[in-house]
Amino acid sequence: MNTLVLSWCYLWSRPLAAALNLLLMTLGLGSMTFVLLASHQLDRAFERDLAGIDVVVGAKGSPMQLILSGVFHIDVPPGNIPLADIQALAKHPQVAQLIPLSLGDSFRGFRIVGTTPAYIAHYQAQLAQGAIWAAPMQAVVGSQVAAATGLKTGDRFAGSHGLGGGGDEHGHTPYTVTGVLAPCGCVLDRLILTATESVWKVHEDMHSGETPLDKEDQEALEAEREVTLALIRYTTPLAAVTFPRYVNSSTGMQSAAPAVEITRLLGMVGVGTRVLQGFGAVLLLMAALGVFIALWSAVRERRSDLAMLRMLGAPPWKVGALLLCEALWLALLASALGLLAGHGLTTVASWLLQADKSLVVGGWQWVPAEAWVPVAAVGVAVLAALLPAVSAYRVDVARLLNSR
Amino acid sequence: MIETLGLAYRYPGGAELRFPDVQVDQGGTLLLRGPSGSGKSTWLALAAGLLTATEGEIIVADQPLRALGGRARDAWRAGAIGLLPQKLYLSDALTVAGNLALVYYAAGLPVDHGAINRALEALGVGDLAQRLPEQLSGGQAQRVALARAVLRAPRVILADEPTASLDDGACASALNLLRQSAQGCGATLVIATHDRRVAEALPQASELLFSSQNGTIPASDGHRSL
Repeated sequence: MNTLVLSWCYLWSRPLAAALNLLLMTLGLGSMTFVLLASHQLDRAFERDLAGIDVVVGAKGSPMQLILSGVFHIDVPPGNIPLADIQALAKHPQVAQLIPLSLGDSFRGFRIVGTTPAYIAHYQAQLAQGAIWAAPMQAVVGSQVAAATGLKTGDRFAGSHGLGGGGDEHGHTPYTVTGVLAPCGCVLDRLILTATESVWKVHEDMHSGETPLDKEDQEALEAEREVTLALIRYTTPLAAVTFPRYVNSSTGMQSAAPAVEITRLLGMVGVGTRVLQGFGAVLLLMAALGVFIALWSAVRERRSDLAMLRMLGAPPWKVGALLLCEALWLALLASALGLLAGHGLTTVASWLLQADKSLVVGGWQWVPAEAWVPVAAVGVAVLAALLPAVSAYRVDVARLLNSR
Repeated sequence: MIETLGLAYRYPGGAELRFPDVQVDQGGTLLLRGPSGSGKSTWLALAAGLLTATEGEIIVADQPLRALGGRARDAWRAGAIGLLPQKLYLSDALTVAGNLALVYYAAGLPVDHGAINRALEALGVGDLAQRLPEQLSGGQAQRVALARAVLRAPRVILADEPTASLDDGACASALNLLRQSAQGCGATLVIATHDRRVAEALPQASELLFSSQNGTIPASDGHRSL
């Protein structure tokens, strides 16, 4: 018999109180774990998807909407911009690389993005099977799309109008899957990529209907071609000072700096994160109070047991350590269960986000900040046990010996 | 052996108890007799090293207790003293065997399961080792508490009112067990009691008589037989 075994026996000699305190602590630590996991992964996702993009240029409107729709693909774009304007911008001396993106259609809720192979190279994504498109109406699907829809190389599918799914189907212009991307943990996982020309073709065919276009009409259509936005990398960081001003004042387009917008977004999201963290802290505080009350009443109930130990020759520190150990058992169990609950909750959130074709958050990843969960649990338990342990340490044995 | 010289104890409230000198040889029996509140339990607490005398000296099992600091006194008590309090203090969180194992835990020693079984067998409660204290009768609980007191063959057994609320048969049986257990390990037996039947059953025992007096000095009347 040692202090660990004895404190375990004492803890579970009051099973209801022990279980309720364990539940309370687990809830606090579970929420803490969830907040840590989700915020860490969202930060990483933002960082990963934004890497190498200095500015996004698109139609005038909300700059944050432009970033959310163009970089993270979680909002609708503010509008389209003329292809000619983008081609002109690509020649600007401060632009090192310009990747055009054309949005408008989707397949079962997954966005079809017209672009160039440079978009895939930008995220250093690899092909799991097949090859990149070589002609219009060929497509490469992201890993999440492939898993959810079952699309594989050689399959054909028709996109539907609109980004949310449920729009008119472009059945007369189906796509052929030429490749499937390996998971990259980035935004490409949930996109269907094709040549920009595919998007034009789908919509030009839709507007012309069954009637073939004459040369004049075709030229007019080509002159009116648009893209949705462009992701731009600067030749020099100094361009950040002048280029956005140039776009906003000298063209009919607007530029949005991802770093600025995301800082703003995280500031807004941060409020929610802080609310969740606060909620977790309140739960932890309640748990601490619960543990304190449980241990305090345990000392009162078990005063005679503790006194007997002293009568048998146990030094006071050993009696105090028993109480402390009891609290540490609770902390240990609650840490394990809290971490499990936090990861479980993140998995559920991940499943919901995936169903929503939204950000990628995984439940079974570990982040370094989680090391704080057991630390917080032990801290709370030790604080809660301190006073009862001192009370046990000072138990008046002679007075109890006199009690009848 | 037990010996006291000018022993006195002052309570934090100010009341003081003065005890007459006493000497009991190793293996002997001492009865502390007197009404409730006359200081018998305080004398036992002094002898167990749970309280420190404010004056005088008490030597128990050849150990002058004044010479011992807190830690040393705990360690000494764990090895030399077997306590049988009136309230038995059996933990409901542990089985009978677990309660006896506390003796080793308190002393910081590995548990000797064989010794636990032998002690319970010797007192006729060997089959109760895995029961919880709440499942025991009063007599069984007292035997378990006695087994705990003699488990490590102490040099002194201190028993506080061991026959209170027992009928005559149970009283004789309890005293018999106590005496046999003390003889079994060659221990000095000290019994604090207000029960006349104890003195009648142990006619050879030394006695220290306590009396309640008015005021703040309820002390022994100093009477000592043998």
